[in-house]
Amino acid sequence: MLSNLKTVARFFGRPNARLIQTTSTQQSDALFVHRDTKEDNPDIPFEFNSENLQRVNAILAIYPEGHKRAAMIPLLDLAQRQHGWLPLSAMHKVAEILKLPRMRVYEVATFYTMFLRKPTGKYHVGVCTTTPCWLRGSDQILNTIRSELKIDVGGMTEDRLFSLSELECLGACVNAPMMSINDDYYEDLTVEDTKEILADLKAGKKPRAGPRSGRFAAEPAGDLTSLTGTPPGPGFGVRADL
Amino acid sequence: MAPNELPIKLVGMTVDDLMEDLYVDIPSGSNSTCESGPSNDDTDNPFEAGSDSDDDDIPLAEVQRNLRASRGPSQPPTPPTISVWIPPEWTMLRLTLTRALSRAKISPKHLSVITREAGNQPQKIEVYIDDQKVMVEPGTTVLQAAALVGVEIPRFCYHERLAVAGNCRMCLVEVEKSPKPVAACAMPVMKGWRVKTNSPLTRKAREGVMEFLLVNHPLDCPICDQGGECDLQDQSMAFGSDRSRFTDIDFEGKRAVEDKDIGPLIKTIMTRCIHCTRCIRFASEVAGIDDLGTTGRGTDMQIGTYVEKFFMSELSGNVIDLCPVGALTSKPYSFTARPWEIRKIDSIDVLDALGSNIVVSTRTNEVMRILPRVNEEINEEWISDKSRFSYDGLKRQRLVAPMLRNSDCELRPVDWEAALLTTAKVIKNAGSNIAAIAGGFADAEALVALKDLLNKLGSEALCTEYTFPMNGSGTDLRSNYLLNNGIAKVEEADLVLLIGTNPRFEAPILNARIRKGYIHNESEIAVIGPEIDLRYEYQHIGTDPEVLQDLASGKHPFAKQLKKAKRPIIIVGSETLEREDGGAILAAAQSLASTTSAEPGWKVINVLQKVASQVAALDIGYAPGAAKVREMKNLKVLFLLGADEKVLEKSDIPKDCFIIYQGHHGDYGACIADAVFPGAAYTEKQATYVNTEGRAQQTLVAVSPPGQAREDWKIIRALSEFVGAKLPYDTLDEVRDRLEDVAPHLTRYGYSEDANYFKQALELAKKSNAKMDKTAFCLNQLELEDFFMTDTISRASPTMAKCIQAVKKQKESKY
Repeated sequence: MLSNLKTVARFFGRPNARLIQTTSTQQSDALFVHRDTKEDNPDIPFEFNSENLQRVNAILAIYPEGHKRAAMIPLLDLAQRQHGWLPLSAMHKVAEILKLPRMRVYEVATFYTMFLRKPTGKYHVGVCTTTPCWLRGSDQILNTIRSELKIDVGGMTEDRLFSLSELECLGACVNAPMMSINDDYYEDLTVEDTKEILADLKAGKKPRAGPRSGRFAAEPAGDLTSLTGTPPGPGFGVRADL
Repeated sequence: MAPNELPIKLVGMTVDDLMEDLYVDIPSGSNSTCESGPSNDDTDNPFEAGSDSDDDDIPLAEVQRNLRASRGPSQPPTPPTISVWIPPEWTMLRLTLTRALSRAKISPKHLSVITREAGNQPQKIEVYIDDQKVMVEPGTTVLQAAALVGVEIPRFCYHERLAVAGNCRMCLVEVEKSPKPVAACAMPVMKGWRVKTNSPLTRKAREGVMEFLLVNHPLDCPICDQGGECDLQDQSMAFGSDRSRFTDIDFEGKRAVEDKDIGPLIKTIMTRCIHCTRCIRFASEVAGIDDLGTTGRGTDMQIGTYVEKFFMSELSGNVIDLCPVGALTSKPYSFTARPWEIRKIDSIDVLDALGSNIVVSTRTNEVMRILPRVNEEINEEWISDKSRFSYDGLKRQRLVAPMLRNSDCELRPVDWEAALLTTAKVIKNAGSNIAAIAGGFADAEALVALKDLLNKLGSEALCTEYTFPMNGSGTDLRSNYLLNNGIAKVEEADLVLLIGTNPRFEAPILNARIRKGYIHNESEIAVIGPEIDLRYEYQHIGTDPEVLQDLASGKHPFAKQLKKAKRPIIIVGSETLEREDGGAILAAAQSLASTTSAEPGWKVINVLQKVASQVAALDIGYAPGAAKVREMKNLKVLFLLGADEKVLEKSDIPKDCFIIYQGHHGDYGACIADAVFPGAAYTEKQATYVNTEGRAQQTLVAVSPPGQAREDWKIIRALSEFVGAKLPYDTLDEVRDRLEDVAPHLTRYGYSEDANYFKQALELAKKSNAKMDKTAFCLNQLELEDFFMTDTISRASPTMAKCIQAVKKQKESKY
């Protein structure tokens, strides 16, 4: 009887315990092979606009002859800024400019997570969910954004305004929780702040970047908790006989 | 804003500042499409005549023929042009110092420190490997030093012929007083180092690395084609831990990677990949096809092409050998045999004229696969895809029984006796009106037997399929038709001039050598002929033979460079010499070679043959080209020894001529034949082949000939008895004695017999009246799809057909 119970318990506890094959969990939401889609295929032409073409030449001029391939990351970034994300044809264009095999560009573009290789909204909202931010409530922030925008992580709103990602630590732990929207950090967030920022963006306004708690930067949140007294003068704590 | 001011200004700028600032002043920038190599300002060239030191003085009269001294009036010169051909995706793999300087406008004096350092004679330093003292050159890696004393350090990513990557960490060893173990493959030894290759720390490091590798490696050895010859398997046995601590299968599981489709030759099971990047390095360094790479990072990193793409290389099969695990395996060989159940027979490849050394793996009298064998002089350890994968052509379209054409004009199988009797009767009636054409796969034994037979019958009409100019000294001097300088020395050349040849497809291994010289030796390459994709940058200096005259007269801008070169190599394609004006082209190339200032002993003029039999046939005394046969109006019997290349149409031969075809494949030759003798292919006979550099090598019997097929010389020997002109040899040794009588070098296996007489050849060539015509060079093999099916074996191979299909499909693809 007891052993039967045990079997039943095991059955409910680990439904797949007898399955031999398991698939590894996906470590990244990005795919590291290219699949042709309607929005991303080599037939879609990509050209730098005339303004960016001048920037391309300026970037190339920084690097000495024979080391022009060092301009790859700036050029890919330029392409991403122009197009909003980095389509395959843009990588091809960069390879063409640098006279490199396309594979060398694919390698770089897939290595860096900040190169967005799938269609991304005008505002790329990235919420940091690494430990310090998580401890300070990044889950609530993320859920707020989810419900506000009605998209899940990795998704994009239908009006192509917002994309949502989870990001690893962005180095703003002092101002946790935080999210980044394109090049700007929004820090010390609360649920209300998040809603406000998203509403502003929807309305076409540019919300002020930086901490929302009234802090200027990464100074202590309240009053000073240490170094509160007047600074001691010279000779403080030194042995009297010296 | 000068380029060297920029970095200072950049400090403290945001991306947007940078972007806005950058286009204030845009320098002229990137014009790297065309440049004409190192500057030619110093023209101190005292050597005009070139080196003749190794030319023996033979009286000219001995080899002189009817030569007219007059030459045709020279054509009005056209303005010579040079364009630089760069692979569509210029790889930037090689940046020469001079080139970097000329572009960067830095004075060379900045580099004087480096040169001074380099000028010092390196002193050997002593290191201790497991307490064994060894003296090594500075810069030697720990792994190489260990190899000197016979200590093998396990490795996955390190490969002698590829750049050091240092990413597998399997070669970690302990060095005394070093806080951490060091990667032996990448770390140069220092004086007095004591390396411990078997210490507890080393063993622990190895076990740790092996454990990490195995965490994400599937344990599917039983269904893996690499099983039994897998580096990972062997090394985990030798250096790995004896048990696994891997328990994560229920949570994260093992890494799984999608398989890639890179063509009909290479099967990929990417989950097995351990990221050694050997295939990537091979592709970009040796093959020159930068299509493989790593995408993603961390656990998600994978080796692949990112987009669906066929690995468009003629050397692609070599990545199968390079792969230390079963990630890249051979598609045609998959699941057919296990390494411990196959027999390995050393042999020679005959699908091109290089004679690459191969190992034929057989099981139950069937060729299972062909692998390369190391020969530093010829193929290092690579072979071309045609050599490797066309073996399935040996099992199809084979002639397995003697055949005779019956009254209904149909070929019917008969037994040997009937075939030989009938044929002998015809031959006896024909008397001396018999001729023979030898094809590209004919071995020296068969060639000499056939020549002896025809000579006994009173005929001298023996020729090869591929013609060669007979003006001047023609084939009388071996130096005229050999790759005189040898294959290995091509990589030492500082200038390679290719005249009417496409080495990439005519001799892929030679092309890999040229590319090696291009990358590591900074050689300059120039091409006269059609614009072709050779996978390295070259100067395209013309398309027609006239350029040769311009070069000789110094009118051409490239002439200076050629004259200055200390180790120039001129390679003339045999296909080009088949032209009407082949003699004139060869003469022009020879005289051009004589004007270079090459080092003593360096042989400038080289001819690249296309087929394996040609050199041996010419050595034995066959006349090149079938013109002689075409002229014979009362030809009664034509003997085709594997001649399938349609050099003679049925209409070229008298109607009543009896055609005998002896060979291994039912191709064009067998189609037009009245009698068919089934011969043995190169894997089925012990036979001698002489490669394009004049090196005699022999194939060994790997499998027995199918059906009633026999070794070729034996068939001719049997026929001779029926004809009544019995040949005086019964065994292979006796045939080889005869070969030795004809040309002693034919049985000195492994050695290449040099040819000299360059001076005499040139003098004779000058006296010939050969005229050059102006038509541009054209080649048969221009694109990759032309490479795969060029002879009877590869034409019968389904794998080669799939390759052509894949190439065509890839060419339509957008990637």
